[in-house]
Amino acid sequence: MKLLYTLIPLAPLLAAIVTGLFGRRIGRDNAHRVTIAGVAFSLLLSCFAFFHVVIGNAAPFNETLYTWLISGNIRFEIGFLVDNLTVMMLLVVNFVSLMVHIYTIGYMHDDDGYQRFFCYISLFTFSMLMLVMSNNFLQLFFGWEAVGTVSYLLIGFYYKKESAIFANMKAFLVNRVGDFGFVLGIAGIVMYTNSLAYTDAFAAAPSLVGQTINIFGDAEWDVLTVLCILLFIGAMGKSAQAPLHVWLPDSMEGPTPISALIHAATMVTAGIFMVSRMSPLFELSETALSFILIIGAFTAFFMGLIGMVQNDIKRVVAYSTLSQLGYMTVALGVSAYSAAMFHLMTHAFFKALLFLAAGSVIIALHHEQDIRKMGGLRKIMPITYWTSLIGSLALIGFPGFAGFYSKDIIIEAVHASSIPGAHIAYWAVLGGVFVTAFYSFRLFFLVFHGETRMDKHTAEHAEESPKVVTWPLILLAIPSVIIGFVAVSAVVYGDYFKDVIFVAEAHDVLGELAEEYHGPLQFISHAFHAPAVYIAALGVATAFLFYILAPSIPAFLDSRLGFLRRILENKYGFDDFNQAVFARGSVNLGRQLWEKGDIKIIDGAVVNGAANSVGFMAGLARHVQSGMLFHYAFAMILGLLAMLTWFLFV
Amino acid sequence: MSFPILSLTIWLPILAGFLIIAVGDRPARKLAGIASILTFLVSLPLYFGFDSSTATMQFQESLAWLPSFGINYALGVDGIAMPLIVLTTIINVIVVISAWEVIKDRPSIYLGAFSIMTGLMVGVFSAMDAILFYIFFEATLIPMFLIIGIWGGPRRVYATVKFFLYTFLGSVFMLIALIYMYNQGGSFAIADLHELALSKDQQFWIFLAFLAAFAVKIPMWPVHTWLPDAHVEAPTAGSAVLAAIMLKMGGYGFLRFSLPVTPDASAQMDTFMIAISLVAVVYIGFVALAQRDMKKLIAYSSISHMGFVTLGIFIAFRLIAKGDASGVALGIEGAIMQMVSHGFISAAMFLCVGVMYDRIHSREIADYGGVINTMPIFAAFMVFFAMANAGLPGTSGFVGEFMVILASFKTNFWIAFLAALTLILGAAYTLWMVKRVIMGPIGNDKVAALTDINSREFWMLAILAIFVLLIGVWPNLIGGVMHASVENLVNQISTSKY
Repeated sequence: MKLLYTLIPLAPLLAAIVTGLFGRRIGRDNAHRVTIAGVAFSLLLSCFAFFHVVIGNAAPFNETLYTWLISGNIRFEIGFLVDNLTVMMLLVVNFVSLMVHIYTIGYMHDDDGYQRFFCYISLFTFSMLMLVMSNNFLQLFFGWEAVGTVSYLLIGFYYKKESAIFANMKAFLVNRVGDFGFVLGIAGIVMYTNSLAYTDAFAAAPSLVGQTINIFGDAEWDVLTVLCILLFIGAMGKSAQAPLHVWLPDSMEGPTPISALIHAATMVTAGIFMVSRMSPLFELSETALSFILIIGAFTAFFMGLIGMVQNDIKRVVAYSTLSQLGYMTVALGVSAYSAAMFHLMTHAFFKALLFLAAGSVIIALHHEQDIRKMGGLRKIMPITYWTSLIGSLALIGFPGFAGFYSKDIIIEAVHASSIPGAHIAYWAVLGGVFVTAFYSFRLFFLVFHGETRMDKHTAEHAEESPKVVTWPLILLAIPSVIIGFVAVSAVVYGDYFKDVIFVAEAHDVLGELAEEYHGPLQFISHAFHAPAVYIAALGVATAFLFYILAPSIPAFLDSRLGFLRRILENKYGFDDFNQAVFARGSVNLGRQLWEKGDIKIIDGAVVNGAANSVGFMAGLARHVQSGMLFHYAFAMILGLLAMLTWFLFV
Repeated sequence: MSFPILSLTIWLPILAGFLIIAVGDRPARKLAGIASILTFLVSLPLYFGFDSSTATMQFQESLAWLPSFGINYALGVDGIAMPLIVLTTIINVIVVISAWEVIKDRPSIYLGAFSIMTGLMVGVFSAMDAILFYIFFEATLIPMFLIIGIWGGPRRVYATVKFFLYTFLGSVFMLIALIYMYNQGGSFAIADLHELALSKDQQFWIFLAFLAAFAVKIPMWPVHTWLPDAHVEAPTAGSAVLAAIMLKMGGYGFLRFSLPVTPDASAQMDTFMIAISLVAVVYIGFVALAQRDMKKLIAYSSISHMGFVTLGIFIAFRLIAKGDASGVALGIEGAIMQMVSHGFISAAMFLCVGVMYDRIHSREIADYGGVINTMPIFAAFMVFFAMANAGLPGTSGFVGEFMVILASFKTNFWIAFLAALTLILGAAYTLWMVKRVIMGPIGNDKVAALTDINSREFWMLAILAIFVLLIGVWPNLIGGVMHASVENLVNQISTSKY
């Protein structure tokens, strides 16, 4: 089994190395063949792992691959943990990755960086697989930073574009802020358990309850709260939770396939995965859970609002991703880890679908991304149209579709929770439902319905995308419809995560909900007794009214409530604040320290006396400079010996 | 006595250096190439023949030199010194490759000086006699002085004198301390100095004397200002050797002398040492952000990275007080790991700047932009090394930083907090430079006319990249050899000397 599991991440890595080093030599076709073969092989093995672990009920695999380093009695290891949680991530990552690989053949067809792109996405797949398969914090951090790096490379894929290379640096640095917390969290784990292995940390966690750490003055902080919040700061960076969300919308500068793979389906969910993996730690700190809940609720609602005023097709979907990540985070906060993972999975499918569909529209319109210049594409692009509709319905939670199950459970779980903050969070996620429905169908109507607003040339050349593009859409549309119905009983209410995710009895809201659960069909009828479905319908209706029936309404509202739009368009000022305070502030601070500290004080004032003698020495040196190097060197060696003799004999 | 590998590693490059100078410019390159590769090969048995289970000095040699003063030509290595020696001989090969067709002005003397310097630096890391150490330590200044003074930039005289004065003044104090201890104990053998009983006051002054030498060398804030000037004026290979090896002599000195000779004074001074290490990490990190000259930026980045070395070393005493001996080892091994890793990465960064400097003759960030358009292969290397410089896991730059952060957290939350800021600062100054230099549209006509690296430059960078990756993926290659020696050191510094 070890060999088999090792091959899962190794196959995409090898493919990435081959295309990366020999891309030009093997040519474009071979580049995509090699990488697709790598990911497909990895997917195949993941399916095998699924059957072995989940269906075959095999015990979780937890073994070391090799010892990276031993120091200070701590073993730093690379190793795999394959259990139900891992297997789920393996399937999601590899499936979406394979779809994106295939799609890329069509999307990047005319791009000079074809091989480079395939190299990067395979490298990404490798990194993500290492992350989810890890059995220790070291490798987790490896994968964590590696996915961030590939994301950096891919956001800046169009390296000539100023906005792209700004966005990728921003993304990396904001992620580093998260990693700063994350690495401290890991250091804390090492301090208290003297090990990096998950199993050791989880085993030691209960003994840490009640222990305190002294941080500010005399105040004693609960150790687990501190550690969990530090770890969660890492998740806030990677999973783009406010206020570390600022990088994700800008990451849309990258080519669309990676927006689907990295910035929607997989990498950004790493934080959600991590917290779920660490449930035995997080469950022991209610404060940390409350913190997570509040951050998630804020992100879910307020980032969704921004999505309502965006005009770039990808940015609408990006803000939607932020908001949905907020939902997952909320689920973590109320200890509904299974629900968070379930939403992660359904979201991966329908959000990848929505991004790829958006990409399909973008290529059809020759890289036009402004939805105000679209419209009426329904007839021209039927497959993209129908798959987009499916994706949008799944996203807003249309009864029976994938997102319906996962989102409704989260809302119910928040409703049932009694953790501090759950009350506010409930209103936030409920409000989010309206917002989601509105921006999704605003986008949908503006792009596919109504009169076309394209210029003539674009309109004439617009056509349905090629098969390599539409097939991944279709293949992603299928799980977007059915995966919720199929999996909800086992994953959320069943015992799929029984041995993987730990939930304290007091927090077990899903356990409570399970008592009223009687299968996926009954779940639908049950949902009609709750507000979410009606709120979603209201959102769609509003979008229909605004953008199909009476398109004058948005303009009218804008004339009255323009300030609201401006607040949203300024993204609540996060970017401006960061730019002014952190970016410019740091550079200015550096300049001050350099010019005042290094040059003026240290070199100027303190070394001033010495500086004069430096001038004196320089004067001497000029005399000695005969131009003959040997004189020079010889004199120095003599001088040194003379000094040495003097020291020794006197 | 077995085969004198250490003597050979010292004297082969030194004699070869003089020979290179003597034979003149024409055959110099080939001779230097052969000498550097031979030196590297000769040093390999040090790694592969090393017995990592013991802390005693290995590959020992000893000859009476000045018996009336108890000065011996005594050589030997332990797990702390050995990796640095191999690093030195590897960098020497890289230096020859880097100079191959670039240095037109008196290449024989240039290459000879580097070859001689290699031998001297190996001497520093293998000396078991304090005077021998001192002589090697000071002698390395001469070739470096010449290299910067002859092949340096326009302000080379200022830079060399500053460099020389700073470092020379520092080490004179060390010499005084050594002679003082000779008067006390009657021996210059480093092992005897480790055993020498010293009172609290004696230790304090000896510690300060060592500090003067090593803090300048590594360099620590606030005696660091010679380094940016020296780097800026030095020719490419000079910068590479300066950053890769010479700075490590300071870190090595702390481990070989300050800690074991004056453990009580080190413990007494640890708060101060930790504080200025953190200043180096944070303050210098911000200063690096404001640089407009690439070499200055990398020089400041080096100082910041060296802050991790001194931090890893001096948190030891707090951890000892807490009874966490394994944490002590983690910090010290992290410091050594950081030194070795920085040897490869800083050399690579300076060589990258050199590659561009050879073409455009500017180090100003503003003179570049969009280099990736004309030099894609080079850009890939530069981005890779930049990531390594920012401590990316999977590269060697991560290993030492991670270990020191882990050990710092065991010491104190805030020490770890400040140290971990390097995750953000290091990435910020490095990637911002990459953005302005490498990325973007072609910045100007000079960039438009650039040609990508040739195979010589490719292999020069590729060799370094391989080591950076290798250590990043499997640091136990180095970590494995130093446990016994570090454990021994931990025992030494855990026991009071009075």
